[in-house]
Amino acid sequence: MKTSIRVANKTAYYLALCVILVCVSFPFIWMILASFKTQVQIQSTQNLFVFKPIFTNYPKVFKDYDFLRPIFNSFVIAAGSTVVGLILGLPASYAIARYRQRLLGIIILIIRFFPGITFLIPWFIIFSNLGLIDTYAALIVSHLLINLPFIIWLMVPFFEGMPRDLEDSARVDGCSTLQTFLRISLPLASPGIVTASLLSFVFSWNNFVFSMVLSGGRTKTLPLAVFNFVSYALIDWGALMAASVIITLPVLVIAFITQRYIIQGLTAGAVKG
Amino acid sequence: MTSKNWFEKNVQHVFTLPAVVFVLLMVIFPLGYTLVLSLRNWNLTIFAPPSWIWLQNYVQLLGDLRFWAATLRTLAYSFSAVLFEVILGVSVALFLNREFVGKNLTKTLFLLPMVATPVAIGMVWLLMYEPSIGLANHLLKSVGLPPQSWLTSRKSVLASLVLIDVWQWTPIIILITLAGLATLPTEPYDSAKIDGANRFQILTRITLPLVLPTVTIGVLIRIIDALKTYDIIYATTQGGPGEASETLNILGYVLGFSYFNLGKGSALIVLFLAVVTVVSLGVLALRNRINSLVN
Repeated sequence: MKTSIRVANKTAYYLALCVILVCVSFPFIWMILASFKTQVQIQSTQNLFVFKPIFTNYPKVFKDYDFLRPIFNSFVIAAGSTVVGLILGLPASYAIARYRQRLLGIIILIIRFFPGITFLIPWFIIFSNLGLIDTYAALIVSHLLINLPFIIWLMVPFFEGMPRDLEDSARVDGCSTLQTFLRISLPLASPGIVTASLLSFVFSWNNFVFSMVLSGGRTKTLPLAVFNFVSYALIDWGALMAASVIITLPVLVIAFITQRYIIQGLTAGAVKG
Repeated sequence: MTSKNWFEKNVQHVFTLPAVVFVLLMVIFPLGYTLVLSLRNWNLTIFAPPSWIWLQNYVQLLGDLRFWAATLRTLAYSFSAVLFEVILGVSVALFLNREFVGKNLTKTLFLLPMVATPVAIGMVWLLMYEPSIGLANHLLKSVGLPPQSWLTSRKSVLASLVLIDVWQWTPIIILITLAGLATLPTEPYDSAKIDGANRFQILTRITLPLVLPTVTIGVLIRIIDALKTYDIIYATTQGGPGEASETLNILGYVLGFSYFNLGKGSALIVLFLAVVTVVSLGVLALRNRINSLVN
């Protein structure tokens, strides 16, 4: 009797859990399903989940909507701003962690809380005057606004938590601070650096508002290309969902790779609070 | 040799210099520039040189119903979204706060709505909300409820956007609350058991008060981010229908880059920053109040 109640409880618990998980993942499931449907199948009220899949939406995204170029642009801009972000951010995080440069740390964290639009009007004027609108340079620099604070926010606690013994013994052996940083600290921090790079790539890849103003025909990024579907009089839903899957898939893969670090990072600050 | 010594002595400044230069050029200078622009009359669609009009942009905005409507909308959107996220998030976290098969996978799935490309999320919700072919109305019809117009009517657009926000961001409250629950001390529970407290009393008198400070941090982060919401709103409604979902963020974009009124757009951004600051300070004060009550 008692065991059967326990089994019933357990079943109810896992059923409720399934409901929660379906709610969380449903839009992604729907996105993927619709990307294999024809316009007619999407518009019909029957066979919502079981249907004969078609595979023409994906090639169409590349042929009719010319997605290769935005994918390339988004990749160059995301990779570029991540690399520049690391070059600026890693030494800065190290100095903030090891030399207690609190003020700079705080200023950089506050930047995270500014709405992106805050900087768009002055940037637009500055980049227009420099003739940099619709260039990779302008977009890479603008995406640093998100990536640099993020890299520093992630790497400062990482460097702070690293034992100093190895750095100290390198110093005793005659290494300069720069050599110690390059040969000892950075390799030790590589798990953190990998996480920071992947996530800053994602933030840049996802960015919409900066590209809306600073990019143009040559440097149009993926989020803009996806958004452009809506401007057609009749929305091609199947192709739009295929495009959405194409832009989301790399992000989801990266999220699965880095999940442990994201959850730690998200929650550590709040609990210490 | 001397240059090497100089480098060693000032290494912390050399290391931070590139980041400091970036902050000065791309953050501090543009902020000052925005402040200056907000005092000028500069419209790219008019072939007149910009002139100083001091506080006139602000006076115009503060006397404009469209600005106040956008402010109210921004606040209503943010507070209602975060309220639902906290209630739902804390409940789900309490429910998940035990060992079960697939806990790690569950947490990973919670990350997906937060990291996925907002424009893509906006597009799939646009499809699900579509009044004639969307799944949302299929579901309503199948349980005998009348179909809704979701994003396409002035009345329901804001609530529909709040629902997307709740879907996207409740997981962060769940994860933060779960982390808080994992660090709770065991002593209060032991003594409660000895005193014969029931489960409801344990929940309301011990668990919730103890986890509250952690939840407030989540609320602070969420409120600020909710006020800033741009991508999903613009991708799905562009502030419409009419101006029914025009938040301060969208209004700033429209003034600056649809009307090319750089002066007024800048003034709006300054006011927007003021709203964000006031709300953040309010939540911070609330947090300190809660912390002092709990301790």
